[in-house]
Amino acid sequence: METPERTVMERMEQGTAPPPDAEIPAAHTFEVKNLSIWYGEKRAIDNVTMDVASNAVTAIIGPSGCGKSTFLRALNRMHELTPKTRMDGTVLLHGDDLYSKTIDPAIVRRRVGMIFQKSNPFPTMTIGENVVIGLRLNGVRNQRFLNERLEKSLRMAALWDEVKDDLHKPGTSLSGGQQQRLCIARALAVEPEVVLMDEPCSALDPIATAKIEELIHELKAKYTIVTVTHNMQQAGRISDYTAFMYLGRLIEFGPTTKIFTNPTEKQTEDYITGRFG
Amino acid sequence: MHLSRARSHTWRKIKSALASGIAFVSAVLVITPLGLVFFHLVIHGASSLNWDFFTKLPAPVGAVGGGMVNAIVGSLELLALAGIIGIPIGVLGGVYLAEYGSARLNSVLRFLADVLNGVPSITWGVVVYGLVVLRFKSFSAYAGGLALGLIMIPLILRTTEEVVLLVPNGYREAALALGVSRWKTIVHIVMKTASKGIITGILLALARIGGETAPLLFTAFGNHFWNHSLSQPIAALPLQIFTYAISPYDDWHRQAWAGALVLVTGIFCVNVIVRILTRGRTASVV
Repeated sequence: METPERTVMERMEQGTAPPPDAEIPAAHTFEVKNLSIWYGEKRAIDNVTMDVASNAVTAIIGPSGCGKSTFLRALNRMHELTPKTRMDGTVLLHGDDLYSKTIDPAIVRRRVGMIFQKSNPFPTMTIGENVVIGLRLNGVRNQRFLNERLEKSLRMAALWDEVKDDLHKPGTSLSGGQQQRLCIARALAVEPEVVLMDEPCSALDPIATAKIEELIHELKAKYTIVTVTHNMQQAGRISDYTAFMYLGRLIEFGPTTKIFTNPTEKQTEDYITGRFG
Repeated sequence: MHLSRARSHTWRKIKSALASGIAFVSAVLVITPLGLVFFHLVIHGASSLNWDFFTKLPAPVGAVGGGMVNAIVGSLELLALAGIIGIPIGVLGGVYLAEYGSARLNSVLRFLADVLNGVPSITWGVVVYGLVVLRFKSFSAYAGGLALGLIMIPLILRTTEEVVLLVPNGYREAALALGVSRWKTIVHIVMKTASKGIITGILLALARIGGETAPLLFTAFGNHFWNHSLSQPIAALPLQIFTYAISPYDDWHRQAWAGALVLVTGIFCVNVIVRILTRGRTASVV
């Protein structure tokens, strides 16, 4: 039977997951310090401090309502779209304060892309238009450049071979898994430094999920990836580091091999073994 | 026991048949006046519809023939003027209500728009008479267009707001997450997704004001000749119908029937276009 524990051990033996005693590497993409977030009076994130390693996959796990999606959205300021939010603490991206008063959230989001739970290609646009819309709306007019970036992004999202003859068809004509990869291509087209994924496979069938997971694995050569997942098997399969959150707090954070085989905290162990959550 | 259940079953069937019967009769009652009006217009108006009607100016009293070309063109000019005022303000206002503003301010604005929608159209005519006609001491196409445009604003505002709110939030988030600014997201993603619904609202508002007569009585005033300047009185189809219908001449009555037929057909066509536009609704959500 596939368990997250067995999966990560196998990956460690293959050398595709860091060993349990690995430190979070010095090269981080994000440095989050004492981050707290409130929705109105409700505190969704409570004093979280963690570093996100570059060119690695970090998974955030935890029961529903633990704040993992809010934490993810705080990494590109998407949580600010919810009215009455308030934050405290700092988030540095390669040393730049994302919440500095002088920085435009649009710039933050150009550097930190995001994939959503439900694939959302724009319904009025073709497959090709969907991929380059980010560049176009950010002022890129050069058609040759757009075409190059279109092909490159679709190739990176492992979708090019499936759609190269159908670029003029509506984006919504694709299957669910293809739509999600189209959204990944759309996010990659603006060349972000990080890709955030909010349960990217939860609406997909196992085959489509496997394709996205494989894609995540390939993308980490070039990007830092932070993903929220409900599925612990998935966290075991794709992530290098895992953060376990509960009630807005970061309970434990470390190499996935350690979190799944030898967690320090009792709560982590209980959650991973399925005793609650 | 068994029997009584069977009886209650029959009774239920009767009630169901009764209810659908009443619904059917009501539906017929709703549609009948439309059928009668159209039938009546065709009977009385079709005989006076000819090439001259669409190409000639009204004939002087007593003279045979003549047409309403000035009124048809005048109506189109008035609709264009009204659109210039009503469409941008209505659409932008609707987008503002759906995308910006605080909940409290929006509920006040929404309420006021609904009140404006309920204001009798003749009131707009009087308002514009006071504001424009008296000040410039002349009835004019501008005044007529303004009165019609003011009627359009709350109509378009409310329909635009509704269709913009129907655009799923996922599209806004997707665009914002690409680093696209808020206003570009609204213009290029949200409004584009809702464009069919917005256009539908505009067309329905145009169809509604196309038949308005009362607001034009004190503003556009009407004109038996070509209008050479928008600051002069202008003819409009509903006005011309009104003038001709209350006249004592049989000839003019026939022309009024024909004018009414043209007007109703035009409005009917706009509604058909709206139906065609909204048929593909499922494809693009809105």
